Amino acid sequence: MTLNMLKKGQSATIIAIHSEKELKNRFNSFGLIKGSIITVERHTLGGKTMEIRINKTRMALRLSEAETVEISA
Amino acid sequence: MKTIKIALVGQPNVGKSFLINAMGDVKLKVGNFSGVTVEKKTITFSRDNYNFEVTDLPGSYSLTDYTSEERVTKDFLGASDYDLILNVIDSTNIERNLYLTMELLALDQKIVVALNMQDEAVKEGVHINERQLSKLLGVKCVQTSALEKTGIDELIEAIINTNKQSSQPFHLQYSDVYEEEISKITHFLEDKHYQTNTHLKSIAIKLLREDGETYHHFHDQPIWTELQPLLNKSYQHLYLHYKTKDLDEIFHDEKNALAKGAVTESVKFDTTKAVGLTDKIDAVLTNQFIGLPIFLFLMWGLFQITFEWGSIPMDWIDAFFGMLIDGTKSFLGDTELASVIADGAIAGVGAVVLFLPNIIILFTGIALLESTGYMSRAAFLLDGFFHKFGLHGKSFVPLVSGFGCSVPAYMAARVLKNDRDRLLTLYIIGFMSCGAKLPVYVLIIGAFVAEEHAGNMLFAIYILGALLGVFAAKILKMTVFKGEDEPFVMEMPKYRLPTLKLLYHTVSEKAWMYLKKAGTYILLASILIWFASNYPKHPDMEAQYASNIEQVVADENKVSKLNNELALYNLENSYLGMIGHASEPFFAPLGFDWRMAVALETGLAAKEIVVATMGVLYGLGDEHDEQSASLVDKLKANISLPAAIAFTIFVMIYFPCLAASMVFRREAGGWKHWGYLFVFTTGTAWILAFIAFNIASVIF
Ligand SMILES: Nc1nc2c(ncn2[C@@H]2O[C@H](COP(=O)(O)OP(=O)(O)O)[C@@H](O)[C@H]2O)c(=O)[nH]1
Repeated sequence: MTLNMLKKGQSATIIAIHSEKELKNRFNSFGLIKGSIITVERHTLGGKTMEIRINKTRMALRLSEAETVEISA
Repeated sequence: MKTIKIALVGQPNVGKSFLINAMGDVKLKVGNFSGVTVEKKTITFSRDNYNFEVTDLPGSYSLTDYTSEERVTKDFLGASDYDLILNVIDSTNIERNLYLTMELLALDQKIVVALNMQDEAVKEGVHINERQLSKLLGVKCVQTSALEKTGIDELIEAIINTNKQSSQPFHLQYSDVYEEEISKITHFLEDKHYQTNTHLKSIAIKLLREDGETYHHFHDQPIWTELQPLLNKSYQHLYLHYKTKDLDEIFHDEKNALAKGAVTESVKFDTTKAVGLTDKIDAVLTNQFIGLPIFLFLMWGLFQITFEWGSIPMDWIDAFFGMLIDGTKSFLGDTELASVIADGAIAGVGAVVLFLPNIIILFTGIALLESTGYMSRAAFLLDGFFHKFGLHGKSFVPLVSGFGCSVPAYMAARVLKNDRDRLLTLYIIGFMSCGAKLPVYVLIIGAFVAEEHAGNMLFAIYILGALLGVFAAKILKMTVFKGEDEPFVMEMPKYRLPTLKLLYHTVSEKAWMYLKKAGTYILLASILIWFASNYPKHPDMEAQYASNIEQVVADENKVSKLNNELALYNLENSYLGMIGHASEPFFAPLGFDWRMAVALETGLAAKEIVVATMGVLYGLGDEHDEQSASLVDKLKANISLPAAIAFTIFVMIYFPCLAASMVFRREAGGWKHWGYLFVFTTGTAWILAFIAFNIASVIF
């Protein structure tokens, strides 16, 4: 399962990140790494962007980017 | 007195600037890092018999080099023209902040860590044991609150003491697997008596991350033939153990594990103190349904205020410069010197200063959006739409500002941290018709469109421009700026109320930057344009008209008619007129005559001048504005409808005014882009005007 499939309010643990280097590095610096727990805060109306929370960091990302993050529900 | 040079590093919004300002009587100098449009802030102050020279590096989440700001930070830290690093941390989000700290620690430099926002941390139930953390990291950590000015003295003391120490031993202890590979490399380098000032462990880590520069350095040395196989073996071990072939990821895993460990051992979280103000605000502001309407309302309000309120001081400035021009002329008499100073220099500079109120109001608004944290929310809401056209959610601020004036719009593009996103946005800002183009549209519409449709027509022109803009973005994205999409991933910071001081600093910096840079270029260019439109002189014609005017001096109408004729003759035969005539063939396929060509060319100085020039060239004197009924009649008689349509489209798209193009040059990073923009806008304008002219010629 990938992060983009997660619904509002749901949490999951990250298993692996399959994005290319630049995106992976960005994820990394926000703490979006293997083993961290994420919660989905909300989606935008168009459904193309989502807001998630990791620890104390809230971050926004595109669903296309979330697709590269593998999670276990 | 001794000087301590400090590199100030931290993730965005940790209170770096605030903390430095709390340290004493500071002097701020703002410049640019060489070669890039990233602000370089140098802060100096003295205390306890030391001079402190602080370079405030752009906030970065980690030491990567994807955006120019990150590159600046990384390069500055690498070049080590500083004595120590002051790493500022947001205590309320300590683990994520420590990721960066762990990277800094691997650099092998003297470091002091300021655990800032201590006041907030206490409120949120985050208790940090600073002594324990200092021991774990091997560097001095001091708790501070820039807001309540606590811990400042201790921080200064730590900086001075750390600076006195010779050098700190490499303290971080990675996982056994990683340490093993590190020690293999350090032992090898030791055996080879490799000479360096940097700690061997720090070099080994760089090699294990395949750091480009370090690699390069070793590649040219004899030692490389033996080092390479050794490295390859280490890589294989790491790949096997970490089940990935991404060496950066392996390092990040290591570093993040250290950060987690440090937090577990030195921080206590009191979970009963949950604070959710930001969540409550976000439930409204980023709400799926009302978030967007709220945003649109806020933007509408900002632009109303910018251009409504702004117009009041603009009138004063206009009047002031008008007075200055009249005063200069009456003081110096009717001489060439008076004319070049008044009509050239003062008028030109006045045209620049005129936009200052807009800039100040708009940037106060933008500073508020940014410093409160709302900007990220807006980008979040809008990204879905903008991304369709290859733009970024944050592009909306510069683009919408473009409807007011391109000058602040270009400057506002700095909210985009990524080079490619910023450049793309810069290139299409001009498609958003600025306020100065309004008179041109009003004039043309007045001449060719029935009054009851005028309003709709004007609206249509603006919409058409914006649509062309986003399509141009799409095309540029598919051609010039093609390639992988830049990641959107972005932090949504905590909501904060900015202090007045912070607002004042941000806005006044922008205002000065605008006045200084645009002012100098404009001054020169205005004088040049004044010269081109006033020379060469034609004394015989002037003498002839003077005598003609004397004969009809009683009849005011005739006098003004003759004066207009003379003005027209002078302009047609000035250098500018010659250029107009010379460029006629270029514009002929669009149905423009030399007068329209000159109007467009003077419009390069400022779009308002287009109308004034047309007034002169169509034989009416220069005191006419867009409401003038007779100018409208003249235009109708002299310009065909297809040509008028083509003209409107050309004005809509072609090169921005001088002030704006100079700001564009600075923001885009050089004359090269200025040239591209010229070709791009003029080319697009010509082609679209050509198409419009030919279609319209068939229809009408
Ligand atoms: N509560 C609290 N707020 C702070 C503290 N330091 C800075 N701030 C606020 O944090 C925001 C960001 O500060 P700034 O210095 O601009 O951050 P920078 O981006 O790291 O330079 C500002 O609104 C400050 O008022 C602090 O110690 N405590």
